[in-house]
Amino acid sequence: MSVSQSALDYLWIEAVPLTKEVSEILGHKDNINEEIFYRIEKHGFNVGKGLAYLLMREQTQAIGSQLDVIKFVCKDLWQLLFHKQIDSLKTNHRDAYVLIDTNFTMCQRMSSNKGPEKTAEMAKPYLWLPAGIIRGFLHVMGIECRVDFDAFDLPLVEFSIFI
Amino acid sequence: MSKVRTIGADVWKHKTDKVSLELFTLMYGSIVSQLCDDFEHDYTKVNQQLDKMGYNIGLRLIEEVLAKTGLPRCHSFRETADAVTRVGFKMFLNITPQLGNWSVDNKQFSIIFPPGTNPLVEFVECYDERARRELWYSNILAGVIRGALEMVQLSCETEFVSDVLQGAAQTELRVKIIKVLEDEVPQGEE
Repeated sequence: MSVSQSALDYLWIEAVPLTKEVSEILGHKDNINEEIFYRIEKHGFNVGKGLAYLLMREQTQAIGSQLDVIKFVCKDLWQLLFHKQIDSLKTNHRDAYVLIDTNFTMCQRMSSNKGPEKTAEMAKPYLWLPAGIIRGFLHVMGIECRVDFDAFDLPLVEFSIFI
Repeated sequence: MSKVRTIGADVWKHKTDKVSLELFTLMYGSIVSQLCDDFEHDYTKVNQQLDKMGYNIGLRLIEEVLAKTGLPRCHSFRETADAVTRVGFKMFLNITPQLGNWSVDNKQFSIIFPPGTNPLVEFVECYDERARRELWYSNILAGVIRGALEMVQLSCETEFVSDVLQGAAQTELRVKIIKVLEDEVPQGEE
């Protein structure tokens, strides 16, 4: 079963102002940005966990190595989320991976008249969602990590995974 | 009228990018449960925030509806109600809820979701007792409809009056049309 992409877009776009308002009501005025990032990332984490259980139910073959799990994120998870695959994957073959999406679906239509730097800054809260999704997915797969991102050249986005 | 009957399905089939229902409900579920935690299960506040979030979405979503459907102006509230269920719900959530319980003056009606037809609650479980009485889990929909109708000059009140999640036989969203807002005609134009 499916719903429209727009329905989902409205949800995750509106989640940011909702989170901002709730954080203000709860009195997190001093560290409002951290609070928003933390909460949006947590939504991502929940969604990522759920998707992991869902995808693993359909997965018939075991996924072996750590690299295989990351590749699964790049292909299958990204396909489910954004109807495309990650464009390139870099790794130091130890504990760090960089996933590069050159035309990140969530950011294709993001723009502002404030220049690229400010636009990237404004895009930040929204990007904590996919970062959280990756972390939640890997958590279920037994990989504890930190996920960060760079978005200085939208719609190119780099997600960095540190295990 | 006939256009309203088919256009939602047409848009869904030909003009809509789709995502998995699970992804959508996971996201919504996370939002609801975070709000429950944040407001320490004060469900009045949770309902309010969900409604408000929906309202903000409705204000913007109507633009997409009009752009994708070219829907003509409705001539009666019955037509409006048809457009909400057959076009609005169909093109975004791929469902067509039922209409019923019309008031005598045709200004109030209910949007009815029989059990198993509300996609927002598809995977909802572990519902605590108080939530069963006080939380309107799908309250975002009340807000969306109010916001969207306001943008086409219909001021209305929307509220859930029963929910399958609360043990009711069906989920019912009541819509009361308060008034038709005047079109603001720019000066110098007829």
